[in-house]
Amino acid sequence: MRSEIEKQIAELERYAESEAVREEIERLRQQLAAGRDGFQPTGPATDAWDRVLLARHPQRPYTLDYISALFTEFTELHGDRRFGDDGAIVGGLARFEGRPVMVVGHQKGRDTKQKLLRNFGMPNPEGYRKAMRLMHLAAKFRLPIVTFVDTPGAYPGIGAEERGQAEAIALNLREMPKLRTPVVVVIHGEGGSGGALAIAVGDRVLMLENAIYSVISPESCSSILWRDWDHKQEAARILKLTAQDLQGFGIIDEVIPEPPGGAHNDLGQTAASIRLRLSAALNELSRLPLEELLKQRYERLRRLATFVEESGHRAAG
Amino acid sequence: MAWFHKNKQPLEPPKEKRVQTEGLWVKCGACRRILWKKDLEANLLCCPRCGHHFKMSARARLEMLFDHGRYVEHDAHLASSDPLQFRDTKSYRDRLRRAEKATGLKDALITGEGLLAGKPAIICAMEFDFIGGSMGAVVGEKIARAIDRCLAQRHPLVIVSCSGGARMMEGAISLMQMAKISAGLARLDEAQRPYISVLSDPTTGGVSASFAMLGDLNIAEPGALIGFAGPRVIEQTIRQKLPEGFQRAEFLLAHGMLDAIVPRKELKAYLARTLNLLGAWDS
Repeated sequence: MRSEIEKQIAELERYAESEAVREEIERLRQQLAAGRDGFQPTGPATDAWDRVLLARHPQRPYTLDYISALFTEFTELHGDRRFGDDGAIVGGLARFEGRPVMVVGHQKGRDTKQKLLRNFGMPNPEGYRKAMRLMHLAAKFRLPIVTFVDTPGAYPGIGAEERGQAEAIALNLREMPKLRTPVVVVIHGEGGSGGALAIAVGDRVLMLENAIYSVISPESCSSILWRDWDHKQEAARILKLTAQDLQGFGIIDEVIPEPPGGAHNDLGQTAASIRLRLSAALNELSRLPLEELLKQRYERLRRLATFVEESGHRAAG
Repeated sequence: MAWFHKNKQPLEPPKEKRVQTEGLWVKCGACRRILWKKDLEANLLCCPRCGHHFKMSARARLEMLFDHGRYVEHDAHLASSDPLQFRDTKSYRDRLRRAEKATGLKDALITGEGLLAGKPAIICAMEFDFIGGSMGAVVGEKIARAIDRCLAQRHPLVIVSCSGGARMMEGAISLMQMAKISAGLARLDEAQRPYISVLSDPTTGGVSASFAMLGDLNIAEPGALIGFAGPRVIEQTIRQKLPEGFQRAEFLLAHGMLDAIVPRKELKAYLARTLNLLGAWDS
């Protein structure tokens, strides 16, 4: 296993001039240093940092793995019709338990070549625009939408900024609440901030037991608050990024259990657990009148309000 | 050769010099000239020499935009409940208390209702001095309520952004405010009520990736830093120096992300004119 990581590093170093690769090398080196190659918890993961490692586990199933396990007739659709086809976002028509649906998700790569093709699962604006195009297409033909979330975040690069990363994400956030079809979100790996949220606004949000969802990575949080990466484990804890925490806040609706040791130990069993909840959610949502569906989608977001109303109303001017 | 060896003690670093005129003079961040603060304030916090736009507090912003500086503030009593019980080197509650003391605000945004060139409008202004203008549940709720008011009273909405993004100390709850506000703006959009987003320096992260980029018009102040990722994060990722002017308002205008760059002096007139042209006050 150790040599496997070293091999990956050596391979990546050949691409080291290309963007994002250096970060991946750094991450692998840290994994190596921490002796955490192919991290295997002995019991159920309880610490938030263990879940971070499981969510990023190199063998963890990716979106296309779940697509082939859960859907039939998957027909991939490409491109945003504006700029390009982003490999970090996949999507297409498919059939789920006999009914046609639209599937959209982040895609990470398994080997070095795939990682570069998928840009480590970090979409550029054209990825979000492709996702939105497919979702609009789905709404037009009344196909339910299933999204799969697994990204370290939207890509922070020069081209991404030039082509309007912020605008691309923002537009999805405004359009998804309006989609006139049921939307079910499955967060199965890393839910990296706005880059995850941009395809994660829906009627039901399901989350795998060891997936994470956060406004910032534990590493970045640590470097902002402590000015180093050494506090990432503590940062993971205080950010409350586990499925259990988020269910408590009402941010996600259901926690989907994983097989012992994590999803990668048994893709079939994990997919079966997802199928069960996905099927129930889609059945429930398809029974709702459209206006009611949209109203509930909005109210679900509107309820995400945690504040206190302090006395002493002050009028100015 | 003893004269080579100085026996003197190392020089004491000079004690911090306290300039008595502190508070009266400020240095322009762009042209480095020393400016008399009164001159600067009389010029809407724009350098009289080079035109550099200084950050403006939320209060000053609303006073500048509303007629005679008069407006009614809404939802001023909303405050963060520290939902994560967040504590790093300091507790989030301490940070909140300090920010409140420094700004006199309970969170990083003020909603005002008043007259803009004689016509009713709702304007939200963000306060950078409150934890970097970051967006948590309070900012989210205040904007959601401002949108509700615009829908109910058919007023146009203006939001002046000045923020580093989502507030880390409220975790995924702050992330969700992006979705919540954007869903509200979708309603405003469908009701055809005009919304103008004014991006001031800086507008980045979760704020730019939600409501700040969703205006019917997106306009920015000259020189404002606007982007999704902060420049430092991009530099660390790609290991390159960023080009001069990258992510400045002028760069965004050139890349088609903004409708216009509007100097502060012209902002009020610009808002009044464009809202009028959009039919914001037609009955």
